[in-house]
Amino acid sequence: MATVEAKNPIAKTALYAALIGISLVFALPLLWMVSTSLKPEAQTLTTPPRWLPDPVTDLPKNAIDNYVGRTTEDGEIVARGVLNDPVIDFPLYLRNTLIVAFLNVTGMVISSAVIAYGFARVKWRGRGVMFALVLATMMIPFPVLMAPLYVIFREFGWIGTFKPLWAPAWFGGAFQIVLLRQFYLTIPKELDEAARIDGCSHVGVFLRIILPLSKPALAVVALFQFIFVWNDFLGPLIFLQHRDQFTLALGLQLYQSQAGNVPWNLLMAASTLILLPVLILFVLTQRTFVEGIATQGLKE
Amino acid sequence: MSSSAAVKQAKVPGRRIPEWATGVLFVSPWLIGLLLFMALPIGLSFYYSLSDYTVLEPPIFVGTANYERLASDPVFWKVMRNTILYAAISIPVGTILALIIAALLNTNVKGLTFFRAAVFLPTLVPLVAAAMVWMWLFNGELGLINTALGFIGITGPNWLGDAAWVMPALIIMSLWSVGQAVVIYLAALQDVPTSLYEAADLDGMGVVRKFLNVTVPMISPVILFNVIMAIIAAWQVFAVPYIMLGDGVERAGYFYTMYLYDQAFRFLNMGAASAMAWVQLVIILALTGLTFIISKRAVHYRA
Repeated sequence: MATVEAKNPIAKTALYAALIGISLVFALPLLWMVSTSLKPEAQTLTTPPRWLPDPVTDLPKNAIDNYVGRTTEDGEIVARGVLNDPVIDFPLYLRNTLIVAFLNVTGMVISSAVIAYGFARVKWRGRGVMFALVLATMMIPFPVLMAPLYVIFREFGWIGTFKPLWAPAWFGGAFQIVLLRQFYLTIPKELDEAARIDGCSHVGVFLRIILPLSKPALAVVALFQFIFVWNDFLGPLIFLQHRDQFTLALGLQLYQSQAGNVPWNLLMAASTLILLPVLILFVLTQRTFVEGIATQGLKE
Repeated sequence: MSSSAAVKQAKVPGRRIPEWATGVLFVSPWLIGLLLFMALPIGLSFYYSLSDYTVLEPPIFVGTANYERLASDPVFWKVMRNTILYAAISIPVGTILALIIAALLNTNVKGLTFFRAAVFLPTLVPLVAAAMVWMWLFNGELGLINTALGFIGITGPNWLGDAAWVMPALIIMSLWSVGQAVVIYLAALQDVPTSLYEAADLDGMGVVRKFLNVTVPMISPVILFNVIMAIIAAWQVFAVPYIMLGDGVERAGYFYTMYLYDQAFRFLNMGAASAMAWVQLVIILALTGLTFIISKRAVHYRA
């Protein structure tokens, strides 16, 4: 690691000041989001803005009101929160998102792992050309394909089902194939050559040698794909039709499109909730994340 | 078990599938996907772009009418202008900002993990949530940004309600997600050999000159890759302005992909949508090619 050193104490202080300032600016929107989500509605509109609710001791009560909501035993809503909202069914959208994410991520990991093996370990005529084609498809953005894809999925009878959101993932993704192929190439060839000589087929080498050694790379693919599905807005917007099939990203938008009168504290609570799983994943796997992103950009 | 060359050549019994077929079998899911979800839609969209097609009735061939209509459609030129303006400002500014932050992090600072996390985290925020948060921040009366501006005596504009301020607002927001580029640049910076900096020190170069003359050339391939990806991404900008603005506020935040979406799914005009898709495809390929050609001299590839 070739880092540059700041030796001069003044330069050092300036450096830390700059970094702390930058971090604060980047964190501020998210801090403000969480702060707003913990206030009662009336206090979201005060000037100057307050970072903590007044009185501060109300914080747990506000959190329960805004996030969980309060319902009496006979089902009457005392406090409208994100989770007990009668119109925007957050738990249902969560369930839908998890179903789509599970089917999509599983498909993407399995198919890309298999496909990458064909590009990294089997020699065949046209492999180079095909791999160049994989790279080329990375330049084709989804919006270019979305109108005809809608027509195709409509022919399949898939519109209004989850299928358009996960089935294509079972045919691999360009980024994922490239990433896994790069990883396979770092595995010593001697390992599988020895196995091949011992009579192991390609399928055997793939299952018994390559896959077990590739767990970290497969985890990166799964992680990124999960985040992608979790955050995807355009796909569900185009292919889902009924409100009870919505994913979280689409459901969250209902708060905004429904009416201008949704209080900011609820909007921010819902936004915090949708960010939370991603945040937890990031904290748990920060190194994997950073390395995954870095290798993505570094292939020259 | 023998591992002699003779055994290797004799081939193991039971392995009857030839090598090339095995390769094709392994990549076959991708080949099917390529045909079904890439080649077929691109082909179909070319055909639709030359047709009158509403999805509900079969397409009728109309030649280049869709393209001609687009060429004389003021909304088309408006979204084109908005998209180009957004890309032309947010990409250079974002790249420079990302490089500066990466350079600041590429020192022997303590707490690197924390600073990097703070900068990177916004890129993970679901776009819908990000749009909500920034709508709240940009709120003309009660938003945090205008309140902060008020403290230093500036009356902030009604960002998302004023056509003149919509684009600056969206560009400011785009800078919030430079974190991905920062992480990539930081990794590239850490790969630059120390010996080069030592040589630069001997030549008496200052910090800024070292950055411009050593660092930037050394990581130029990474910058190029990122810029190309950013150009492609700019043509796909959708969720944030769709949620914040739609085609309102004098269409000041109406982007190319939003109009394409509206053509296809609001007006059910698949012909126009497909023509827009083809224009977009050609532009992206041309821009990428152009970036490569221009940078051929500027980019330094390590042997």
